[in-house]
Amino acid sequence: MQKKYLQWLIFIIVLLVLLLVTILVSLSAGEVKITASKLAEILAAKDSIEYTVLIKIRFPRIVLAIAVGGALSLSGAILQGIYRNPLVEPYTLGISGGAALGVAIVMVAGIQLQNYFILPFFGFAGALVTLFLVYSLSMRRAGISMNSMLLIGVMVSFVASSAMMFLMSLTTADNIQNIVFWVMGSLDEPNQVLIKIAFWSAVAGLITSIFFARPLNALRLGEVKARHLGIDTGTTIKLLFVLSSVLTGIAVSVAGVIGFVGLVIPHLIRLIIGNDYRVLLPGSFLGGAIFLVLSDTLARTVIAPNELPIGVITGFAGGLVFIVVLSRSGSKYKMK
Amino acid sequence: MGKFLVIKEFSCGYPGHFVLNEINFEIEKGHFVGIIGPNGSGKTTLFRGISGELPTLSGTITLNDQLTQKMSLREKARNIAVVTQQIEAGNMTVEEYVLMGRMPYQRQFQFFETGEDIAISEKYMKLTGIDNLRDKNMNSLSGGEQQLAGIARALTQEPELLLLDEPTSHLDITHQVQILNLIQRLSEELSLTVLMIIHDLNLAGEYCDTLLMMQKGSLRKTGTPHEVLNYLDIEAVYDTVVITRTNPVSGKPVVFLVSEKTMKKE
Repeated sequence: MQKKYLQWLIFIIVLLVLLLVTILVSLSAGEVKITASKLAEILAAKDSIEYTVLIKIRFPRIVLAIAVGGALSLSGAILQGIYRNPLVEPYTLGISGGAALGVAIVMVAGIQLQNYFILPFFGFAGALVTLFLVYSLSMRRAGISMNSMLLIGVMVSFVASSAMMFLMSLTTADNIQNIVFWVMGSLDEPNQVLIKIAFWSAVAGLITSIFFARPLNALRLGEVKARHLGIDTGTTIKLLFVLSSVLTGIAVSVAGVIGFVGLVIPHLIRLIIGNDYRVLLPGSFLGGAIFLVLSDTLARTVIAPNELPIGVITGFAGGLVFIVVLSRSGSKYKMK
Repeated sequence: MGKFLVIKEFSCGYPGHFVLNEINFEIEKGHFVGIIGPNGSGKTTLFRGISGELPTLSGTITLNDQLTQKMSLREKARNIAVVTQQIEAGNMTVEEYVLMGRMPYQRQFQFFETGEDIAISEKYMKLTGIDNLRDKNMNSLSGGEQQLAGIARALTQEPELLLLDEPTSHLDITHQVQILNLIQRLSEELSLTVLMIIHDLNLAGEYCDTLLMMQKGSLRKTGTPHEVLNYLDIEAVYDTVVITRTNPVSGKPVVFLVSEKTMKKE
């Protein structure tokens, strides 16, 4: 038993080291090449162009990638625990779409920059409303199949994006450009305050989620059996919904819709270390952070000086994993 | 002080759907009780009422002089453990699964298992004979092994009352007898009170101290196997022709079925 805890600890340390390496790679890659060995020198000197590039451009992006990647991946792991289904995550359930709609409403209304919390708050509200909608639709009949649940999620996404197009047709050309650019997903966020809000909310979300690791473990047996073990499943699931909506809403409001992070990463973490949520939750957060820092580094270097939308990269990776999981498991696949 | 488990004018379910008529019975501590009756007679509904899964409509359930309906979920989980027909634990090791039985004892935000948790789960894995399977995945176990793991997990909850929903269905007779012998032994050694839904009347008669016979949402008869398993009651409840005799070795009642063809010849 104690051996298990040691394994977890080593796993988390390895992920932390990997994250550090990824950060160093990301700091040095780009138009202005800075080798890793020079990093310390530049940071100490504080008055070169390289220093400005590092501190003002690259470092904030990295912080944002950690926050967004961690939040989306963690949200995916939590949703998979509630639904006992490995293919649900903020994007496939349509929650990201709902959050995006919430944010788009604020953008069209033109009140976005008066208060820094407004965008994340509306993202959260959009996510929460969508999540309850999908949950009540999919849980009305007991034993709904995984395919129908995913279909509901896809349909909710469609409705949300139609509503967004409707909003866009009502608004000015400037607003349209803003929304389109943001929806495609990008970590190019000029607002330092929003980056800070996103980072600390994601970290707070991670800490909160750890308190739910045990109830999530019990839910692996199903709601009825978790109740037999003394877990108040109704309250637990509602609180977890709020938590994953906060995580998704914040990620979407600062970085747009970035799909599949919450699918790919928890899946890999499960394969490596198992399904115990006590290690799965922090593991997913760190894994998501690593994945998004790497993806963003690729996005801004592959076709430099132009930039790929980061959603393109996560979409390729995520779509592939999704198809592999679905075809290997068939419609009967259940993750518990 | 009343009997250990007292169920008084108890009814549960969702009005408009299937609802139990008022049920009354009392059980002594350490008794092994079988619940029999045809499909749709309310056995599982009664179980779900006792475990609190279905809302109580009327009446009381008193366990060890405590109203179970007033217990918190955690308290209830320390008093009543349930083993369902399908274990369906999925992708986890036997040890992880059995340890989940300690959940009702762990503090709300406790992160690691204590040495005590591990010792208790260890004890019941040994008692149920699955300690050699501890590192196996629950998915890879046979039906019988899964039931044993389910029982080990339930015992790890250290309950006062154990509810078993057809633990022997889908098993061959070797495993049926293995599991029933185990439950009988546990009930005696740990003086654990057991309520078990069982379809096989002969196994029910052989193993249980007391039988409850359900019919159409009501409790038709309560008593020793000999009192309950008589041909009049069985024929009325199951709408089948049967003959009852006594097992020459155990002295317990045995039920024989008679086919339609044979009946016509008679």
